[in-house]
Amino acid sequence: MIDYVNIIVKSIFVENMIFAYFLGMCSYLAVSKSVKTASGLGAAVIFVLMVTVPVNYLLENYVLAEGALAWLGEDYASYDLSFLSFIMFIAVVASIVQLVEMVVEKFAPALYGALGIFLPLIAVNCSILGGALFMQERQYASIGEATAFAFGSGIGWWIAIVALAAIREKIRYSNVPAPLRGLGITFIITGLMGIAFMAFLGIEL
Amino acid sequence: MSAKRESLFSKKNMKLIKDPLNDSNPISIQVLGICSALAITIMLENAFVMSMSVLFVLIMANVVVSLLRNLIPDKIRIIVQLVIVATLVITVDQVLKAYVYEVSKQLSVFVGLIITNCIIMGRLEAFALGNKPGPSFLDAIGNAFGYTWILLVVGFVREVFGSGSIWGIKIIPDDWVYHINPDTGLTEGFYEHNGLMLLSPIALFLVAAVIWAQRSKNRKLIEEN
Repeated sequence: MIDYVNIIVKSIFVENMIFAYFLGMCSYLAVSKSVKTASGLGAAVIFVLMVTVPVNYLLENYVLAEGALAWLGEDYASYDLSFLSFIMFIAVVASIVQLVEMVVEKFAPALYGALGIFLPLIAVNCSILGGALFMQERQYASIGEATAFAFGSGIGWWIAIVALAAIREKIRYSNVPAPLRGLGITFIITGLMGIAFMAFLGIEL
Repeated sequence: MSAKRESLFSKKNMKLIKDPLNDSNPISIQVLGICSALAITIMLENAFVMSMSVLFVLIMANVVVSLLRNLIPDKIRIIVQLVIVATLVITVDQVLKAYVYEVSKQLSVFVGLIITNCIIMGRLEAFALGNKPGPSFLDAIGNAFGYTWILLVVGFVREVFGSGSIWGIKIIPDDWVYHINPDTGLTEGFYEHNGLMLLSPIALFLVAAVIWAQRSKNRKLIEEN
C-alpha cells in the first residue's frame, strides 16, 4: 500500500507534469483564464489519464515490449515491437478519448456539459501521451502502480492549472509592464511556481 | 511551369516564411509547442537536434496532409493526422537512436512527444487542411524556423551560463571556476557557474524575456490582459 501512496505523492509533487516536465503547456496556458474552466479541464485530464495509462500498460506488457508476445507461444517470444509504441499509444489515446466522449455524453449528460468542449482537445494534450511514455520508460511493476502514477500525475496537473488560474484572476488588478501582459507574465508566474515546487524534491514516504 | 514557380515565391508566399519568424512566432505569439521547447534546452546540441526533428516532421506532415486534404473525411481528420505524424516521428526516433544515441537518450520521451507538439497539429489544422502543398511547405519552414531560433537562443544562454560551454566546448576555463587545489588545499578561482540555469523553470524566464523584448519592439502585439 505504501508503495502506491509513494508513487502518488511523488507524481503529484516531485515529478509534477507541469513544473518538472512542462507537459501539456499549450492548454495549460490557453485555458487558465478562469478557475472554473481550468478545473473542468483538469478533471478531464485526470479522467482520461486514468483510463489511457492502464490500457497502454497492458498493450506495452502483452504486445509491444521485447518478449511480451511469449503468451502466444514460443515462436513469438523473440519479437520486439517497441518501435511501434508511439503510433500504438497515440491511436489508443485518440480512440479512447472518442469513446469516453460518447459514453459520457450518453450516461452522464451533466458531466458531459462540464467537460464537453475539453474532451476532444485532450487527445492532443502532451500530458496524456507523456503519461503513457513515462509509464513505458519507468517500467512500473504492476498495473496498479501504473494507475497510481496516472492518478497522481492527473492530480498534479489539476493542482497546477487551478493554482495558475487563481493567480491569473487576481493579477488582473496589478500593474504589469505592458509588453509582459498576458503571455509573458504567465510564463514568469509558472517559472516561480516551478521553483516553489522544487522544495518538494527528494520527498519520499 | 515557370508561372507556377513564380507564384510559389511571390510576395504573399514569402510572407508565410517571414511572419512566423517574428510577428506570428509559434512559441512567443501563437503559444504552440511550448512543452518541448522548455524541457530540452539545457544544451545547445539537444536544442538543435530537437529543432531539426521538428523541422523534418512539420514539413513532411504539412505537405502530406495538404496533398490529402480533399480525401480526409472531416470527422476523423484528427486521427488521420495523428497517424501521419506518428509515422514520421517513429522514423525520426529510429534515425536519432542510430546516429546520435547520447542525445536521443537525453531527449528521452520528448522525441515521442513531437506527435502531440501543438505546433504540428496547430499548423495542420490551421493551414495545411485548407491550402495547396506549395504554400503549406513554406508555412512549415517558416514556423519550424520560428521555433528553432527561440530554442537556440534559450539553449545558448542556458549552456553558456549554466555549464560554461558552447556546443560542449568549454569557453570558461576550469581554472577560473571555484575549486580546491589538491596540492595546497586552498580554494582557487573567481567564477561560479549559475546552477539555476540548469533547472527547468529558468527556461520559462528566458522565453518571457524574449516575449518582453519582442513586444516592446512591436507594440501592436501587446495583449489586453
